[in-house]
Amino acid sequence: MLEVFDIRKSFGKTEVLKGIDFKLHDGEVLVIIGSSGSGKTTLLRSLNFLETPDEGKIIVDGETIFDASAPELSDAVKRQNRLKFGLVFQSFNLFPQYTVLRNVTLANELLCIEKERAQTGRKPSRARKAEIAYECEAKARELLCRVGLEQKMNNYPFELSGGQQQRAAIARALALSPSVLCFDEPTSALDPELTQEVLKVIRSLKDENRTMIVVTHEMEFASHVADRVIFMADGVIKEEGTPEEVFGNPKSSALKAFLAHSK
Amino acid sequence: MLNPTFTAVTLNLLESFGQNLLLFFSTLVLALPLGLLICFGSMSKFRPFRFLLKLDAAHIEDNGEKPRFTAVVLNAVGDFKPIAAICRLIVWIIRGTPLLLQLYVVFYVPGLVFNMPIRTRMTAALIAFVINYAAYFSEIYRGGIESMARGQYEAAQVLGMTKTQVFFKVILMQVVKRIVPPMSNEIITLVKDTSLARVIAVPEILKAAERYSSNGLVWPLFYTGLFFLIFNGLVTIVLEKVEKAFGYYKN
Repeated sequence: MLEVFDIRKSFGKTEVLKGIDFKLHDGEVLVIIGSSGSGKTTLLRSLNFLETPDEGKIIVDGETIFDASAPELSDAVKRQNRLKFGLVFQSFNLFPQYTVLRNVTLANELLCIEKERAQTGRKPSRARKAEIAYECEAKARELLCRVGLEQKMNNYPFELSGGQQQRAAIARALALSPSVLCFDEPTSALDPELTQEVLKVIRSLKDENRTMIVVTHEMEFASHVADRVIFMADGVIKEEGTPEEVFGNPKSSALKAFLAHSK
Repeated sequence: MLNPTFTAVTLNLLESFGQNLLLFFSTLVLALPLGLLICFGSMSKFRPFRFLLKLDAAHIEDNGEKPRFTAVVLNAVGDFKPIAAICRLIVWIIRGTPLLLQLYVVFYVPGLVFNMPIRTRMTAALIAFVINYAAYFSEIYRGGIESMARGQYEAAQVLGMTKTQVFFKVILMQVVKRIVPPMSNEIITLVKDTSLARVIAVPEILKAAERYSSNGLVWPLFYTGLFFLIFNGLVTIVLEKVEKAFGYYKN
């Protein structure tokens, strides 16, 4: 379970997040909607340690992974904690010099080698490293098949369509088995046709009971995939509820106006 | 000596061109890593006086009034990055003055000022060239690193990579691809610049040719151009191969 308490963040004089609280149970999908500049992206980036909130607390499965009032975490601990989350970016951000398969295996392999080193107290042998690489590759292949990229594993990102790149990026995030997978407007850079194939993958992840937070402008999709919807405006959560409540029965004028514009 | 054969001149020039090549390769091997070091230095964010920013006196009220002098000073000192400042100062001086002058300085100043003359002329030339080219290389590296999209760092960070892993596994290869063309330019310039070592009497090819011209035989002087041309042709082929080796992907 993810618990977020009173997250606040300012950039200079601009207060982007003015106290965000929410809880997310395992297997739930939370969709965050709101107009540009409402703080949705900053919230996701804070969860993934790409921004450091000025105030607030983040707890995953009872473990405090961020607390603004506590002393700053060391890089190693921060690194450990951020692995609770995965993030899929709007602009994919695949590593262009590696094949799709390598994009998915790279980080996992580095982490597995590091873990083994911590356990045994010495560098794994070359043979053991090859074994680890083999295991990571097997997992990566499975994930790439699941997102429908079995034909593209050995291609480079520039050879893929936007939708394929984004699906590869999803596989890459899944490779580290995060507790919570975050999507930051995963389809905003795609045309409608490609959008559907990415949304289909996200839907299939929901069927596997993955805990996810999705920032999106696709209202249709949001209403189908979400267990809960948060509407953000001006750095606060304006409305929160089931898709039926938020989309079917908006209370604030801000949400009514936002939904009217999105149609 | 007065009327040497074409073969004799060619062999003589070729031998002295060896000095140019020695200077070229040694400079390249030493300046490439040194340049990276200077580059890291000039991008260093190390602020030893950072604690000053946290003092109450350093707080600048945002109320439209002119901030107090002490606050301005404390903020400036607190933000000071000494390593970056030193590296940028060095780069400014080296890029802002002629290489020719730097050769004179390295060759004469240790002897004149510190009474520690540099043993060989080649060593002096090499020191001047390495510092000079490292300064230029550092700026090319910096341009390459700073042109990287932030998303690449962030994607790697989110995947739990350490700073070292982010740089060596993700960023470096992409930077290298980007800097090959500007580097090629500098490397080709370096081939020709080695002839400047002549001013501190390194027995390189132009000095050898001048020995003929001062005796009335002018053509060997022009002939030296062919040596540079042919060698730069080879260098160009190698650099194109390198560029092609990175052509398998697009950034």
